[in-house]
Amino acid sequence: MDITRLTIHETNDALKKGEVTFEEVTRAYADRIDALDDNLKAYLLKNREKALEAARTMDKSGVKGDKAPLAGIPYALKDNMCSEGLTTTCASKILANFVPPYNADVYDRLIAEGGILLGKANMDEFAMGSSTENSAYQTTHNPWDTSKVPGGSSGGSAVAVAADMACYALGSDTGGSIRQPASLCGVVGMKPTYGLVSRYGLVAFASSLDQIGPFTKDVEDCALVMNAITGHDAKDSTSLDVAKKDYTRTLKDGVKGMKIGIGRSFSGEGVQPEVQKAMDDAAAILKDNGAQIVDVDFHYLDQALAAYYIIACAEASSNLARYDGVRYGVRADEYTDYIDMYFKTRTQGFGPEVKRRIMLGTYALSSGYYDAYYKKAMQVRTMIVEDFNQVFADCDLMLTPTAAKTAFGIGEKIGNPLDMYLSDLFTVPVNIAGIPAVSIPGGLDQAGMPIGLQLMGPILTEDRILQTAYTLEQAIGFRANQPKCK
Amino acid sequence: MSISREEVTYVANLARLTFDEAGTDRMADELGAVLDYVATLNELDTTGIKPTEHILNVQNVYRDDVVGESLTNQVALANAPDAEAGCFKVPRVLE
Amino acid sequence: MDYDIVIGMEIHAELATKTKIFCSCSTAFGADENTHTCPVCLGMPGVLPVLNKKVVEYATKAGLALNCHIANFSKMDRKNYFYPDLPKAYQTSQFDLPICTGGTVDIEVGGETKHIGITRIHIEEDAGKLLHESADGTLVDVNRCGVPLIEIVTEPDLRGAEEARVFAEKVRNTLEYTGVSDCKMEEGSIRFDVNLSVKEKGSDVLGTRTEMKNLNSFRALQRAIQYESKRQIIELKKGHRIIQETRKWDDVKGVSSSMRSKEEAQDYRYFPEPDLVPIIITDEEIAKSKAELPELPEAKRARYVSEYGLPEYDAGVLTASKVTAKYFEDTVALYNEPKQISNWLMVDIPAHLKEKELSMETIPFGPDALAELLKMVKDDTISGKIGKSVLEKMFESGDRPKAIVEANNWAQMSDSSELMGIIEKIVDDNPKSVEDIAAGNKKAYGFLTGQVMKATKGQANPQLANKIIREVVGKKING
Repeated sequence: MDITRLTIHETNDALKKGEVTFEEVTRAYADRIDALDDNLKAYLLKNREKALEAARTMDKSGVKGDKAPLAGIPYALKDNMCSEGLTTTCASKILANFVPPYNADVYDRLIAEGGILLGKANMDEFAMGSSTENSAYQTTHNPWDTSKVPGGSSGGSAVAVAADMACYALGSDTGGSIRQPASLCGVVGMKPTYGLVSRYGLVAFASSLDQIGPFTKDVEDCALVMNAITGHDAKDSTSLDVAKKDYTRTLKDGVKGMKIGIGRSFSGEGVQPEVQKAMDDAAAILKDNGAQIVDVDFHYLDQALAAYYIIACAEASSNLARYDGVRYGVRADEYTDYIDMYFKTRTQGFGPEVKRRIMLGTYALSSGYYDAYYKKAMQVRTMIVEDFNQVFADCDLMLTPTAAKTAFGIGEKIGNPLDMYLSDLFTVPVNIAGIPAVSIPGGLDQAGMPIGLQLMGPILTEDRILQTAYTLEQAIGFRANQPKCK
Repeated sequence: MSISREEVTYVANLARLTFDEAGTDRMADELGAVLDYVATLNELDTTGIKPTEHILNVQNVYRDDVVGESLTNQVALANAPDAEAGCFKVPRVLE
Repeated sequence: MDYDIVIGMEIHAELATKTKIFCSCSTAFGADENTHTCPVCLGMPGVLPVLNKKVVEYATKAGLALNCHIANFSKMDRKNYFYPDLPKAYQTSQFDLPICTGGTVDIEVGGETKHIGITRIHIEEDAGKLLHESADGTLVDVNRCGVPLIEIVTEPDLRGAEEARVFAEKVRNTLEYTGVSDCKMEEGSIRFDVNLSVKEKGSDVLGTRTEMKNLNSFRALQRAIQYESKRQIIELKKGHRIIQETRKWDDVKGVSSSMRSKEEAQDYRYFPEPDLVPIIITDEEIAKSKAELPELPEAKRARYVSEYGLPEYDAGVLTASKVTAKYFEDTVALYNEPKQISNWLMVDIPAHLKEKELSMETIPFGPDALAELLKMVKDDTISGKIGKSVLEKMFESGDRPKAIVEANNWAQMSDSSELMGIIEKIVDDNPKSVEDIAAGNKKAYGFLTGQVMKATKGQANPQLANKIIREVVGKKING
């Protein structure tokens, strides 16, 4: 049995049947990390010894709920989620030595499920980027073609799952940072409704947009992880207090009678031909399964991206102001006085993209510009929410490509920030409106690179989204493909 | 759209970031390019539209006034770049 | 050229909640440095604030006590700036939609009532403390970060040092009564900042104002205003312009000085706090808070005059402190002699408190003991003079007055027959006095009274003694 090829539910089956031990499962993944990660560079911190020990303990003494779906299943956490006792760097130099004395709420939940942490995953610095090239430490490589980017900002998490160096991973999505890398790496990635998963312990980038979500090998696994990480958290004032759902319950109910909307603005000359073909094939599959395809449209793609950059950068400029070298993190070695200490610490500690976004955000909030930029963006946000309401009056869910193109080459876009920002064009509107969306693999292009399909729905419709995704996934059969990891 | 060097310096000061001359010019260009793109916002007529400050319809989230556990002094200072006498230490601040 | 002084104030009061505004760390005063901190108030990565419900309740009550309108909808905003005592590098405060607006506080100045406008009251969090004890740096104590504050902003309606002091005292007094803050200037739980400018008399054009912060006593407040207003007038008369700046008040030297130039006017980049949701207060909740307010000083003063028949002056002194007022009322409840109690609470007791460095919070005996003492004085069990001695002993030992009187055998001699015996003997022993009295020299009575007091160690009931002396002498004279 190739343990690392198994999904969560397949592993859980094997564990229940006694075909494998907890230690064997963790060891298989840990060994695979040792074999591949020097090349792929998905991990910033590897937790091998502690992970093996935890697995061994589960084998020896048994743990309550050790037949539960995620018990003993090894996973990775994006390095912007606080892990007590383990460095949490956000792939930035400024937090190189930061060891939080607290856990992110989601980490607490996975510990309670008996999960095994394999390590902290690489990312774009402070989650700002679409290629993981903005990490201050290393660039992660796409396992389908290591000269290409894995997407970002949760590139490390996506690659860990795509290359079977973790059974699942958590990432964060502010403008597409789970869905876009999922798309480029051929795995499932979901951004839940804003507020459905606690943000406590997620290092903030843009407070009104950030959400934590799963990277998994298939849709059923996604439902299992969603079951574990969703739920109200009193430590997060923006956390939704709604009844918990079991996302596996309706997963296999099919799409009969559902209306799936396809939007014109998500097609056209900017979209790679193979991506468009994957979209058309997906529409056909859904139709064959009893769904109705309807024409809808979302009118504000460009404005959504523009509003995103203003809102996200403005909030980020404030959220990142605390990195001043006073109470934690790395402080500059030399400075003339306390004010200079701030300047040197931040100038040396942040990378160029982070500085760019802080500058943009500070500018947008500064005296005289607030109305023209921030207030305007928030008004456009209202219009975008309205536009989606109007779309979902005509359909249950919307199907779009996750990204217009498959993975680009490492180094290709890093010199052109605006070009890089456009990678998020199809994913960003979802964050602006706070609605949920998933990306699933829709096939491979001519060069063998994964294509992603995005399904989005009104708030709190994750179950319907996953149900539809499941139908598509079963028909597409992407799991037969495997990356070379070279 | 062009941003002046002075504006870049003003904003950098607010953000406690330093750029040299070349860096300032580069930042002026990059910010200018993004702001050009952002100008698409002005294509929309937003008169009378209420800004969305919170995407959720949630209000009045509170906690009770009950004392909980604080960190020990040791743990609170564990990550401090410089500390003395149980406090975080910074260069002399003149008030 | 005559000038008007125009003053507005910003008053910061620490709310007396048990925990901080956004986390459950204790707000207790006097803890060791950095022992009341947690990831939230330390501003660590990934943490989030959760609003303390009591803070909203207390801010509402403060607003109601100062006659403000309470907003049904208010929200929190971020005020962004860098300083080592500010962990998040932004203060979570309220910008455009504060919890209270449009109030008034009436003050009496020079026999007239003035209405001082309250522009707004908002909720915010306090910053930490910077300690300058290190030889080569500054130390930061985060304990105070996140302690909830209300900031009260007044209209520039005050016209001088006296008005400002009276106003500040009234606000402090009123807030103390509501219980939302313990309002101790010396502990920094209430701080007064003064914005002062001068303008030509009769002109509508306001001058440039300066700000003075952290005036930590009412005396300092008054002196600072007197000095700064004079300084500005002198500058203007010389033809100089007033620079808008924050000035430091040195109460020892009695001067204000320009503070080390801070950066140009701060650009705080206010924007709505995305991590906190709006605060909705219903009219019912506002009415409930209003009903829960205790009797405030102004109403209490009026009641002391009308119900207890006390003079205005007494009412004013007694209600100046919430604790004193309560002590007074509790004593009256046990022993209905308001004026007598008032006299002792205004004069004798404060003298002892001052001498022994105590306060009404730490007075070593309760209203029941005071009532017991005063009753004994009133019904002649002891003389007033002895009463003061008993009071002193009560401060020293905390013993009950009855016990003290007995232990020292201080009960006034009011037994006629006992006194009769003593007086008859003294009169017999002093025939000259009797002769003097018979001759018309009434002063000799005084001598005899003195002798009786001496013989009884001051314990003879003076009125009764005098009565009996006259009887006995009269009998002697008339045979």
